[in-house]
Amino acid sequence: MITKEDVKYIASLSRMHLSEEEIALLTKNLEDILLYVALLKKADISRVQPTSHVFPLKNVFREDEPKPSLSQKDALQISTAKRDGFFEVPKVIE
Amino acid sequence: MNLYALTAHEILSKLKSKETTGEEVYHSVLDRIKNIDGNIHAFVRPHNQKAAIPPITPVPMKPIPIAIKDNICIADQETTCCSRILAGFKPPYNATVIEKLIQSGASFLGNTNMDEFAFGSSTENSCFGPTRNPWDTECVPGGSSGGSAAAVAADEAIWALGSDTGGSIRQPASFCGVVGLKPTYGRVSRYGLIAFASSLDQIGPITKDVTDSALLLNIIAGYDPKDSTCVDQPVPDYTQSLINDVQDIKIGIPKEFFVEGMHQEVKEAMTASMEILKKQGVKFLDVSLPHTEFAVATYYIIATAEASSNLARYDGVQYGLRCQPQPPRGTPLVDMYEETRDRGFGPEAKRRIMLGTYSLSAGYYDAYYLRAQKVRTLIKNDFDSVWKECDAILTPTSPTTAFKIGERINDPLAMYLSDICTISANLSGLPAISLPCGFSRNGLPIGLQLMAKPFNEEMLFRVAYAYEQNTEWHKRKISL
Repeated sequence: MITKEDVKYIASLSRMHLSEEEIALLTKNLEDILLYVALLKKADISRVQPTSHVFPLKNVFREDEPKPSLSQKDALQISTAKRDGFFEVPKVIE
Repeated sequence: MNLYALTAHEILSKLKSKETTGEEVYHSVLDRIKNIDGNIHAFVRPHNQKAAIPPITPVPMKPIPIAIKDNICIADQETTCCSRILAGFKPPYNATVIEKLIQSGASFLGNTNMDEFAFGSSTENSCFGPTRNPWDTECVPGGSSGGSAAAVAADEAIWALGSDTGGSIRQPASFCGVVGLKPTYGRVSRYGLIAFASSLDQIGPITKDVTDSALLLNIIAGYDPKDSTCVDQPVPDYTQSLINDVQDIKIGIPKEFFVEGMHQEVKEAMTASMEILKKQGVKFLDVSLPHTEFAVATYYIIATAEASSNLARYDGVQYGLRCQPQPPRGTPLVDMYEETRDRGFGPEAKRRIMLGTYSLSAGYYDAYYLRAQKVRTLIKNDFDSVWKECDAILTPTSPTTAFKIGERINDPLAMYLSDICTISANLSGLPAISLPCGFSRNGLPIGLQLMAKPFNEEMLFRVAYAYEQNTEWHKRKISL
């Protein structure tokens, strides 16, 4: 059972400020989907390990050698707000 | 015959005999887009410019015009995943597949429509509005790579790239009557593919026939140090598998895929297709994939969990949309995050972020995410045992033909269930192909899916090519 309060809490974790209509709709949607997903309780998972990745790849490392990469100028080119070579954000510390 | 209606291999032979030029082909396709895309809306950003002159390379030049799904980065070309949150985003680099295409001499036609962030099975969840199925413009083209599939079906592209997380190449290929291949996970670099669910996403070709599918995979496949999940295995010449010989190949039919609600016409098309392959010497056997009933539920937990994590980066700080609420609600920074995401994401993106965040949140992780990862193991193990008995598996690509625009958009669960035949290949990392195998009485295409062992795309091409050589479905053209 999903409540509107649950949905508001999940929205805050997701950094979204939802309208009352969105909260009502998502409460119903999540309820329906989770009811369906409850099907997974039928599966016998007692003898298996979780799969996070399909092939047995271990950590892939490379030598720590500098190579050409995106310049600061190119990286900042796409930014919404920048100043003096930095991304600019609203004031965080009062 | 018009150049735009040709396949890539037909164009290559005309170029070789100097019957045409790369430029003529490119302009023929651009004119086609100008003439008909108003009705189809396959493209959200046609480039409408002269093809860039490709660099001189030692590899054979294949100057084939290609359409690219709007989630694959082309340097300095706006790429948005059909989401408002990426409006104006111009990637500063090329995806690896784009680099490989440039090396091959390709010219780019534009970015194709898709469900926002590839969240959907109908291309209706695009901030630019839906694409129409060229076979019936009242119907969806499938999704999420609906724009790429519709473009190829309507001859608005010689071939195209899509991406497939739960069927997003194969299902639209099936709905539009073209060939769509999801390669093995790790066969094609994901570098520069804007992430949806990183353990499932794979880029692949959408083409007019099987030969083109092999040719395009030849170009894009291969190891890439920029994608740590890309597997370092030699890339065979896939055209060597196009031999029209399937004598004694064993193909399994998993009964679990012939679900309730499957259209009778789809079932009939499967039976007829099996008859054609039997005549070519294929041996069919019944196999069982007993955990198939859990695939959709497993997928929607894992895919949304990964998506909610991948989409956390869209916060207004570095690129894309940035908004502030008026009047302010709380601290300016949190206000910015929330307002940007509220306005930037569409309803399905919000739904998936919420579901993913829920299943990863404290108290629910074990019951949902961890359990789904364990069921994923069971689904993968089913396939591992079946490969002891057969070389490939045959199923429908979708239980139905294309549905009407608007029919499922307000019922998320019904939309999710339309992916029932395609999802298992992503959960298990397998290669899978969809090819045209008939038409419904209403004139809508039906698709046949083949799956094979990891890194055995050659088996898919071999069976698909033999089928295609003995049928005419792929030659049927739409009158537009």
